Amino acid sequence: MTRTWQAAPSVGHPMARVEGFDKVTGRARYAGDVALPGLAYGWVVPATIPRGRVLHLDVEAALAMPGVLAVLHQENAPRLTDIGEGTLFLFQGDRVPHWGAPVALVIADTPERAREAAERMRVDYLPEPPDCVFRADHPALYEPRFVNPHNETVTEKGDIDGALAAAAVVVDAEYRTPAQHNNAMEPHSTTAVWADGRLTLRTSTQYAYAWSQSLTRLFGFAPGTVRVLSEHVGGGFGNKGNPPRPDSALAVMAATLVGRPVRVTLTRPQLWPLTGYRTPTAQRLRLGADRDGRLVAVEHLAAVQTSRLVEFTEQVTMYSRPMYAAPHLRTGHQVVALDVPTPRWMRAPGEAPGSFGLESAMDELAEACGVDPVELRLRNDTADDPTTGLPFSSRRLADCLRVGADRFGWAGRDPRPAVGRDGRWWRGTGVAGAHYPARTVPSTAHATALPSGEFVVRVAATDIGTGARTALTQLAADALEVPATVVRVLIGDSDFGPAQGAGGSTGTASWSWPVVTACRDLAHRLASGEAVPPHGLTSTFDSTDAVRARHELARYAWGAHFAEVAVDVTTGEVRVPRLTGVYAVGRVVNPLTARSQLLGGMTMGLSTALLEESIMDGRFGDYVNHNLADYHVATNPDVGELDVAVVDDPDDELNPSGVKGLGEIGIVGVPAAIANAVWHATGVRQRELPITPARAAL
Amino acid sequence: MTVPELDSTVRLMLNGAPREVVVDNRTTLLDLLRDRLDHTGTKKGCDHGQCGACTVLVDGRRANSCLLLAVAVDGREVTTVEGLADDEPHPLQAAFVAHDAFQCGYCTPGQICSAIGMLDELAEGWPSAVTADGRPPSLDDAEIRERMAGNICRCGAYPNIVAAIREVAGGD
Repeated sequence: MTRTWQAAPSVGHPMARVEGFDKVTGRARYAGDVALPGLAYGWVVPATIPRGRVLHLDVEAALAMPGVLAVLHQENAPRLTDIGEGTLFLFQGDRVPHWGAPVALVIADTPERAREAAERMRVDYLPEPPDCVFRADHPALYEPRFVNPHNETVTEKGDIDGALAAAAVVVDAEYRTPAQHNNAMEPHSTTAVWADGRLTLRTSTQYAYAWSQSLTRLFGFAPGTVRVLSEHVGGGFGNKGNPPRPDSALAVMAATLVGRPVRVTLTRPQLWPLTGYRTPTAQRLRLGADRDGRLVAVEHLAAVQTSRLVEFTEQVTMYSRPMYAAPHLRTGHQVVALDVPTPRWMRAPGEAPGSFGLESAMDELAEACGVDPVELRLRNDTADDPTTGLPFSSRRLADCLRVGADRFGWAGRDPRPAVGRDGRWWRGTGVAGAHYPARTVPSTAHATALPSGEFVVRVAATDIGTGARTALTQLAADALEVPATVVRVLIGDSDFGPAQGAGGSTGTASWSWPVVTACRDLAHRLASGEAVPPHGLTSTFDSTDAVRARHELARYAWGAHFAEVAVDVTTGEVRVPRLTGVYAVGRVVNPLTARSQLLGGMTMGLSTALLEESIMDGRFGDYVNHNLADYHVATNPDVGELDVAVVDDPDDELNPSGVKGLGEIGIVGVPAAIANAVWHATGVRQRELPITPARAAL
Repeated sequence: MTVPELDSTVRLMLNGAPREVVVDNRTTLLDLLRDRLDHTGTKKGCDHGQCGACTVLVDGRRANSCLLLAVAVDGREVTTVEGLADDEPHPLQAAFVAHDAFQCGYCTPGQICSAIGMLDELAEGWPSAVTADGRPPSLDDAEIRERMAGNICRCGAYPNIVAAIREVAGGD
């Protein structure tokens, strides 16, 4: 692969979002924003028991209500193909898999009428005793065959128990993180329209192409039947990832049944049971080290929950596999299936909760060894992946730690806890490392030169707020050697062909490969004198072979987070006046939007540390705080000064653009940095999130 | 089947234009705007007055349109994000783009309408929780953050939102 680091006219320079004015003027149309003649509205009737059977639905009463067109339920729904995705196998039987699962869908001519009929519908159940409460010692915990998405459940190197027994210093601690809900601002919405034998869905998805394929198989449609459009998506954070969410399947069923366009928009409370969330985790860390803090053993084990519908095991302890050098290293996972909604991806699945465990334990090790926490991490840096032995394509953790310590003003920190009393506040500082896998997934893109001199690039990408549309415009412009103003990048349309979704920090890394390659090919053809026909001249590239031909390497983005906290001595309220994040994320295409993504990750990390917790009522299987008043996310006054920097990270072993994703690394390690700072402020270890006033109170 | 006893005629000024519409009495102002008048710039994030995405200006004051029934705005002036720009974008709209004060953009119309209402409240001397006792409020970051607390941005663009508002409003 050739080096791509020379200055470029567009890439590397800040560029305002190309759809920016559409978004600030209200012109941008999201999934639920398109006006259609004859549109009908579907409203979910959710189960009100956590486990059992539906005995009877009073459909006749609902049908008699004004404006009601139809009711979909277990007796009249189309038969679906089992594609291994229980959350989409809707109305196929009488089982209630969890509280809030759809038992019917009311379709009416206005949303008010649909809602009224849905909320009045009487449903008789045969309830069964539920098991909804996650425990670290649940007897039904087991080792799954793999963890999300298809990773090894257990890794083992060396003799962990022997090494721990012989270690001079041992940290053995348990850490817990709660269930958390993504809560993108846009609730999931799908509008389904049949026309000319094709079904068009305008929906809130991060994965337009994959959704079109999954829904086609679910309904047994002919290939090419389903077109998924997602021009603008109001956030996702994994919650609109693959597989499709139930609103899409319900809208397809409903539009097919009533023969007119149907919109199914979930309410905010319906998102809790229906669209996914981060599992609660229970983690045990055992670290063994010499007296200077050099690790000899790292063991990281985690227990998580899943639903009865799908086995989803969050890859919590994968965070410890490449992070710090250790001759003896074991990681493992267990999962328990409960009568609960299905957990899914939430920003940095695995790494976000896993980093809370390891980076907190490292702070405890620093304390036990009397070594500065930044120095401890530098001492345990490694040239090769400690689990696989593979070399890293780049590993700039040490750079991030050093630059971060400098920016933050770490030098001269008094390591003793509870010495920073300042009036009503205890003040302290903390640090954590971070990494996130830098993955690239095969995708296809098309670049077209028009007779007007303009260029159109098409790729089934999605911009959920990442700035991908703008970054791809810059990358395409440079590859075509034209100004960005003559390049239009069209995304959010499954008809553009196979492409990765916006998830796992893979988006721009994956889409840019075919975009840049197709654009370079097109530029070459134009330079060779090829004529542009009236309909345009198009180059297409599918990156599948190129991606698979890469060397086997450990590819990661790196980071370090530094936090200053103030803990109210009376109430235990934790404030975070200052966070510094320093990252090595490959080549930064657009410094303006890249900074925003990193700010956003840090903000969600702060929110995770202090506020976010979904509370399960074990009697009903309901996350009872299912709204934005009772589930707290960070608001404007919760956020203090955020300092973001990137270190130079040229990495030629990634993709032609040298891009690593940066949507997720900003959240990784932030809760640990804050928890470590709270310990430094108060002397009280925080091994459970969120750090509420009750937990921080002295 | 229609149920006439549940309907009412509502007359309002929407972005300076008179509108008359017959609504189901259960209809919120938010749903009237979005589903009946094709003004979808105003967003529904929670429908419970908890997130601020639906913020509009009613007679110049910021309000959660999901918490107002359409019948309650009869005879009143409603301004939405679509009504802020003339030929040129409103200065706050331009500042939000320049400062990258949004990512997904879904909370943005509410943030901008809220900021306009907030700056008027501040200019009129309304205190907030962070205003020092007995003093007129000043336009500093702490005041902006506090007064924008009702508008959630899950993407976490808060520092850029504060910077955009500060640039337009002047201040410290």
